[in-house]
Amino acid sequence: MKTGLTLTAIRIALGGRPIVAIDTHIAPGEILTVMGPSGSGKSSLFAYLAGFLDPVFQASGQILVDGEDITDLPAHRRHMGLLFQDPLLFPHMDVAGNLKFALPASIKGRTARQQRVCAALKEIGLDGFDNRDPDTLSGGQKARVALMRTLLSEPKALLLDEPFSKLDTELRGQMRDLVFSTAKRLMLPVVLVTHDEADAKAAGGKIVRLTL
Amino acid sequence: MSFIPRLGPPITVALLTLPVLAGVIGTVLPAFGYLPALGGHGFSLKPFEMLLAEPGIMRSAWTSLSTGLAASLIALFIVMLFLAAASPKTIDRISTLLSPLLSIPHAAAAFGLAFLIAPTGMIARIISPELTGWTSPPDFLIVNDPVGLTLMAGLIAKELPFLLLIALAALPQIAVRQSRHITASLAYGRVAGFIFAVWPGLYRQMRLGVFAVLAFSTSVVDMAIILGPQSPATLSVRLVGWMNDPDLSLRFVAAAGALMQLCVTVSAFAVWLGLEILAKRVRDAFAAGGSRFAKDKALRIAGVSAVLVPALALFGGLVTLALWSVSKLWQFPDALPRGLTLQGWSATLPRLIVPFETTLQLGILASIIASVLAVLCLMREDETHGSQGLVQRHSLSVIYLPLLVPQTAFLFGLQFLFITLQIDGMFLSLLAAHLVFVTPYVFLSLSDPWRAFDRRFLCVSAALGKSEWQSFFSVRGPMLLRAILTAFALGFAVSAAQYLASVLVGAGRLTTITTEAVALSSGGNRRVIGIYAFVQMLLPVLAFAFAGLVPAYLWRNRRGLSGQ
Repeated sequence: MKTGLTLTAIRIALGGRPIVAIDTHIAPGEILTVMGPSGSGKSSLFAYLAGFLDPVFQASGQILVDGEDITDLPAHRRHMGLLFQDPLLFPHMDVAGNLKFALPASIKGRTARQQRVCAALKEIGLDGFDNRDPDTLSGGQKARVALMRTLLSEPKALLLDEPFSKLDTELRGQMRDLVFSTAKRLMLPVVLVTHDEADAKAAGGKIVRLTL
Repeated sequence: MSFIPRLGPPITVALLTLPVLAGVIGTVLPAFGYLPALGGHGFSLKPFEMLLAEPGIMRSAWTSLSTGLAASLIALFIVMLFLAAASPKTIDRISTLLSPLLSIPHAAAAFGLAFLIAPTGMIARIISPELTGWTSPPDFLIVNDPVGLTLMAGLIAKELPFLLLIALAALPQIAVRQSRHITASLAYGRVAGFIFAVWPGLYRQMRLGVFAVLAFSTSVVDMAIILGPQSPATLSVRLVGWMNDPDLSLRFVAAAGALMQLCVTVSAFAVWLGLEILAKRVRDAFAAGGSRFAKDKALRIAGVSAVLVPALALFGGLVTLALWSVSKLWQFPDALPRGLTLQGWSATLPRLIVPFETTLQLGILASIIASVLAVLCLMREDETHGSQGLVQRHSLSVIYLPLLVPQTAFLFGLQFLFITLQIDGMFLSLLAAHLVFVTPYVFLSLSDPWRAFDRRFLCVSAALGKSEWQSFFSVRGPMLLRAILTAFALGFAVSAAQYLASVLVGAGRLTTITTEAVALSSGGNRRVIGIYAFVQMLLPVLAFAFAGLVPAYLWRNRRGLSGQ
């Protein structure tokens, strides 16, 4: 049952000083844009949702995904799909290896997994790129593989940390369209952390502004 | 995961501190006459009386102190001058040249140097009889000279690459270029600008390594047996003699001597601290005086050559050594042997096999265990990098302990302990003793690349549903494969070169290539020495080749991993 991402009374503080306070619901296919200057707590919120918050921070609140409370789950059991400003493709695996690594174990059998990866590559216009070294891909190709890797892991929500900021202007527009339309199509709630107003405008959803 | 990495720091700390502490206690008790196994039931100062009655004992202590201090000082001075004088490109080239020297065992380096500069050595042969008129070897004492100058030269040649390497590791944390621009714009010469503005910060980062060098140089055994003075020998060499003497009462003297060795090293530390203050005063006085030292070309040439001379000497020595191992008749003053033969090798190989196997087993096992421990400690450090981080790092700083306490001071006690428990001469005891020296180097080698790893890769992996162990084995481990194997190779090199622990804990029942090679030094058969030293030198080279080739092969089609 897809009900989206609910952030209930999330408070993050550092050394007693509150830096983030947020209380909101993101419906499936909707994008919440979190904006603010560096040091405003954007990355702390991102880390808290993904399950990596440094223990020096004091955090409270509840994170619900499709009705399930994931607040106390370790990162690898949260089913949060992450995208960073770098594609972070694993340099020791080939392109197909990166995608297979993300594919859930429930898809069984060599051929079934291979077929799923081939289809995924076709979907992002990289048909036949299976055995390529990720480091030889162009910036746009890497970004698409990174997106597909995240999607193949069947996330229940997407967390995006400045995912377009390192792409050049033309590519940035394309990637933005691709990511946002995919999230809508798959009915995934999205939290987008950015300092780029154009990202926020393109996302078209609610905007939370954090201050220092 | 949490549970297994949690075990890493306590095991490592125990593994490193317990032998050192037990060893020091095991040294102190017999030094004051208490060693029931040998009839010492009460406490007395008799061992010290016996020690002080040994002929030339003060001179031995003095030689240990003076050679160790002077060698460390000169090596550090050369490193400073070189870094101050050379351009980044030259530094890069020369450090590439020097890094293989780092893995050459001390004993092999010492033999190489001896084969080069002895009166019958390569240099004398090349210039004779044309320049010298010598048709038979001159009667000078160069190797084993009474003052210890050759020992000092050997120590300098071996410690220089080590100090340079730790300096280069610390350099990126210091704004060298900016400081250079500023001092240059203030009209300071290149060398003076570096010494005034960059060196103080750099030295602070290197300080622990410098003290490790000092502790090692004042207590070195294998190099001192081969190159050092003989009557009297340096303190540490005499200690080993007493320890292995059939006259068991000399064990008490050895224990007292080990405490004296500790005092020698502590004195070296004290003198060094004094020198630090003095050097700071001198530097401040010059800096306040305003002299620019702008004409420093001669000094710059000196800085670069000072690094090259010991390096070339080591290379020359190693080539000579290899040549001897395959030489037929080679009479003085011929520069080259009459012919080449593998006869020496075929005669020696059968005897080499057992120590070779022991060396290999010890090295491989010790480095594997040390690498696993290092990875666990670093994983634990990641987990607690927040509030407990400081505490964690602090407790792990005991990792330096075995490098700062002179080996002789605790290995004797450890051997007493092993003898009492009747576990001396056993493979596992020897392995434990090796681990004490191997673990710190493996940890130090792995920690920088481990901490520099982009942790977002782990976030991605976890977000894809992988547990921390899965992430380690399929993401971080493979990506850090080169660093892990390099740490492993360094550990192997340390183990293979380890002399004192092997000779004491091995108790003559377990021999390694290194103990056999050093034992040959008094015999003086150059062909056999050449063979042993060559094998000794080959072992770390093979380990590093393995560490380089495996990732190069596995990641041959992975551009993103080729540069690491």
